[in-house]
Amino acid sequence: MIINHPLLGPRDSEEFVYLGAADLINRPNNWEQDASAEDFYQYQYIRENIAGDHRELWYHEQGDQSWLVVTRNTLSHEIINVELAQDVSRGIGRGK
Amino acid sequence: MSQMNRIKGGLVNQKKSISFTFNGQILTGFEGDTLASALLANNKKLVGRSFKYHRPRGIVTAGSEEPNAIMEIGNGAYKEPNTKATITQLYNGLEANSQNHRGPLGFDLMAITDFLSPLLGAGFYYKTFMWPKAFWEKFYEPAIRNAAGLGTLSTEADPDTYDKGFRYCDILIIGAGATGLSAAITAASSGAKVILADEDFLMGGRLNTESIKIDGGSGSKWAKDTVAALSTMENVTLMSDTTIFGVYDHGIYGAIENRSSEAREDKDKPRQVNWRIYAKRSILCAGAIERSIAFGNNDRPGIMLASAVRSYANRFAVATGDKVSVYTNNDDGWTTARDLVLKNVRVVAVIDSRSISPVLRVPGAEIFMGTDVVDTKGRRALKSIKLSNGKTIDTDCLAVSGGWNPNLHLTCHHRGIPKWNGEIASFIPDKANPPGMTVAGRAKGTMVLSDAIIEGHNEGASVASDLGYKVKKSDPSETPSVSYSVTANWGVPSGKNRAWVDLQNDVTAKDIKLANQEGFKSVEHVKRYTTLGMATDQGKTANVLGIGIMADNMGQTMEETGTTIFRPPYSPVAIGAFAGRRRGMEFYPTRYTPSHKWSVEQNAIFVEVGMWYRSQWFPLPGETHWRESVDREVKQTRASVGICDVTTLGKIDIKGSDVSEFLNKVYVNAFAKVPVGKTRYGLMLREDGMVMDDGTTARLSENHFVMTTTTANAVNVYRHLQFCHQCLWPDLDVHMISVTEQFAQYAVAGPNSRKLLQKVIDSDCDISNEAFPYMAAGEITVCGGIPARLFRISFSGELAYEIAVQTRYGDSLMRVLMEAGEEFNVVPYGTEALGVMRIEKGHAAGPELNGQTSAYDLGMGGMVSGKKDFIGYKLGLREDLLRDDRMQMVGFKPVNTQDLLQAGSHLLNLRDKPSTETDQGWISSCIYSPILGHYIGIGFIKSGHSRKGEFVRAVDLVRGNDIEVEICSPHFVDPEGERLRV
Repeated sequence: MIINHPLLGPRDSEEFVYLGAADLINRPNNWEQDASAEDFYQYQYIRENIAGDHRELWYHEQGDQSWLVVTRNTLSHEIINVELAQDVSRGIGRGK
Repeated sequence: MSQMNRIKGGLVNQKKSISFTFNGQILTGFEGDTLASALLANNKKLVGRSFKYHRPRGIVTAGSEEPNAIMEIGNGAYKEPNTKATITQLYNGLEANSQNHRGPLGFDLMAITDFLSPLLGAGFYYKTFMWPKAFWEKFYEPAIRNAAGLGTLSTEADPDTYDKGFRYCDILIIGAGATGLSAAITAASSGAKVILADEDFLMGGRLNTESIKIDGGSGSKWAKDTVAALSTMENVTLMSDTTIFGVYDHGIYGAIENRSSEAREDKDKPRQVNWRIYAKRSILCAGAIERSIAFGNNDRPGIMLASAVRSYANRFAVATGDKVSVYTNNDDGWTTARDLVLKNVRVVAVIDSRSISPVLRVPGAEIFMGTDVVDTKGRRALKSIKLSNGKTIDTDCLAVSGGWNPNLHLTCHHRGIPKWNGEIASFIPDKANPPGMTVAGRAKGTMVLSDAIIEGHNEGASVASDLGYKVKKSDPSETPSVSYSVTANWGVPSGKNRAWVDLQNDVTAKDIKLANQEGFKSVEHVKRYTTLGMATDQGKTANVLGIGIMADNMGQTMEETGTTIFRPPYSPVAIGAFAGRRRGMEFYPTRYTPSHKWSVEQNAIFVEVGMWYRSQWFPLPGETHWRESVDREVKQTRASVGICDVTTLGKIDIKGSDVSEFLNKVYVNAFAKVPVGKTRYGLMLREDGMVMDDGTTARLSENHFVMTTTTANAVNVYRHLQFCHQCLWPDLDVHMISVTEQFAQYAVAGPNSRKLLQKVIDSDCDISNEAFPYMAAGEITVCGGIPARLFRISFSGELAYEIAVQTRYGDSLMRVLMEAGEEFNVVPYGTEALGVMRIEKGHAAGPELNGQTSAYDLGMGGMVSGKKDFIGYKLGLREDLLRDDRMQMVGFKPVNTQDLLQAGSHLLNLRDKPSTETDQGWISSCIYSPILGHYIGIGFIKSGHSRKGEFVRAVDLVRGNDIEVEICSPHFVDPEGERLRV
């Protein structure tokens, strides 16, 4: 596969390491509440097994060490979108 | 007589003889021959035995679709089984042996299976060998495996070299026949970067085998001239003898280039190159493959595909028989008859199953229209055929054409499903090709050459212009239009005789019928039940014929029956080609430590640790056992001073104003208030609460930290930190870089370590116990101004330091330290002594950090902060992770100090028998302690922390050891840590 890195352009997927669903960005912040045990359980273990467009985390280990959010169709392997994970994280309010 | 079947002409160099052997007999062929054409020239009709029934078999095709002529090439370690003679370029000294027979090829002892064939139909082994059940593994299966099967392996390591390569282009053209060449020359004239690949060593495809004219000259000359023109263009890469075997995602193609001839002359040159081609677009011009017709005994040596008979006559100048007959259901079969007559080869009969007027005039041949071949005779070579009209014809070669199948394999690698085309009676590619791929010529179902040339021309132009290149207007080459008409003929009733569909797997029309009758309706199920279309040829000549027979059996259309799924590789690829150069020591890069050269001079023994090569121990003259060296290294270090290269520990340089806040989130213990000039031990968890890694982090200045990780986890920890920063806390002011290889780092351990370092460190740097206490860290200079970093940390449990310099000074620093240490009797120590001292000290390492242990299990629960969020905090509090009866890490020592204790031993209560139910835990790390004079171990046992002083058994059933051990603290040496602080 070829991943179109937002900073470096098209790169072979061999340069990357795959982690999993981009939901892993959404780590719960409510660690002080008892109820957060369930949230952390959901965060750590529960995944939607999507047949279609899937947002997932790839790490450009043999490159610039960016974490990327890649939207890939799990049926056709078509890559629809590639973003810097840092931007996605800020976008959902994880920045300062 | 030498080459008795050789005729005049052809594209072989009849002036250049090549000598080779077949089953030990020395034969000659010509330059340009394949092994198959040379065998046929020498009248070798019987070339192998079939897979299941050991039927005598001959060459059927002239290409990679060959089902029969598969051989063992070479000998010893170089032997390669299942090689297709039809694509093996002949070379001097080639050694070929037929396979799959016991005894000589002409009298195979296993041929008895042919007479047992009524018992051996489809699925026979599922039915016949069911009882008694225990016989399957011990008797039936080995017997069947011995009797059936293809060639044999050398069982030696492959001595050949393989390589990998990468190429990039705008347009990849697959197949250099008329269509491909036409597409290539048009596309290339636009300036687009073109790669043209063809599996044959001679480009031109079927133009090299046909007598048709293009632009007034011969087809093969046109191909040669076009290839010559392409080879002068800088934007064109020609890859002959290269098979595109797979279409992968996003325009990536797998290609295997055969370079055997080059490799034979120079052993260091690769035999095959596995190319990865990145192409913006591709045009598949893979042509078509002829299929047979299923009639009684249609597998005898001498029965070949009509196109192959024509190839051998036209390209290789070989007459495949003295009295050739042709059996066809389409116009193209007649071309074979005509070409043979032009070559003065006698054609005795043309049999056409269609009731139409003869297509061509064939002088000297009897013509039978609306007639079929129903049976044949001749066990080791064809002697005669019997027709449906009752007539028998003496013939030694029957050229069969059942029509042509577009070679659409690669269009299906992304799950494309071919569709049926009644006009050409075959499947053609559907529109849903892999993205970026288009198809032209006969691969697309355009069966008429003149149309295919135009199609290639237009497709080359249109793809180039799609990519933004300006295509000069030009006309496609011209050739007479020859029509192609076909009427499907899957086979004729064969009575008691078997009609073969898949020659490589010995699948007959009856087998397919039986499978259908037994309820196998899906083409995929029939394939698996009968083995139709499996093995090295993947049914290239058999599949469509089999599907046709199935459709007839079940009274359904070809479309309803459908094809099996096509998957890479298109033709077999050697495993070695996927490995490339990554074998043995080159499996991954070898990383040497900065002290490597010095260590080699000391005759150190080395060991692979992760990606590194480290010194394991340093034997002295006279030491005969590794333990002697290791015990000495430990004792000398603990008594005075020792030096160990610890460069391999991961080092991460971290800068920024929020680093302490960041470290607080990734370590279980508090890092918010580490003072400048101090080092702190840190424990890192995964989010699920299990220990991921440990190490120390030093604060060199307000905003500058250096973290160390274990050797094994250096990459993972860095990746994890980048994830935490970029994904979870993107706005923290933190900047990281791995500096593992940028700094050489040595542990200097032992009571005299300070004295030794004081000789090396510049005098303005005070490292006295007061100025530089336990866990201090700082930037210093050594040897008169060379910058270095010093950390007062200890893995051995002694007064110890780790000193780091830039890697380029690493070798010198090792020599300087050893020289300065002479007066203290300094000793270098390797990974074994390092391990002994860490176990004596009770430090957890790799065997303990196995991904299933929590901080509490390791006895480090006290470090875990309850006042902050950190990775692993919440899930680490799960009930089951806090239970008292978990496997907890403790120390173990033998009750009888003479006993041998071994890592991997299981722990049992004294009176229990070894079983999964009674298992109490295991010893994870174990060594002989030269300080204590007996074996000690650390390991995990249920509720270990509260069982100290208890006695249990350490049982090793594999190595036959069963001893009594005492549970104790894992801190065997200096449990109070007094030595660290002196």
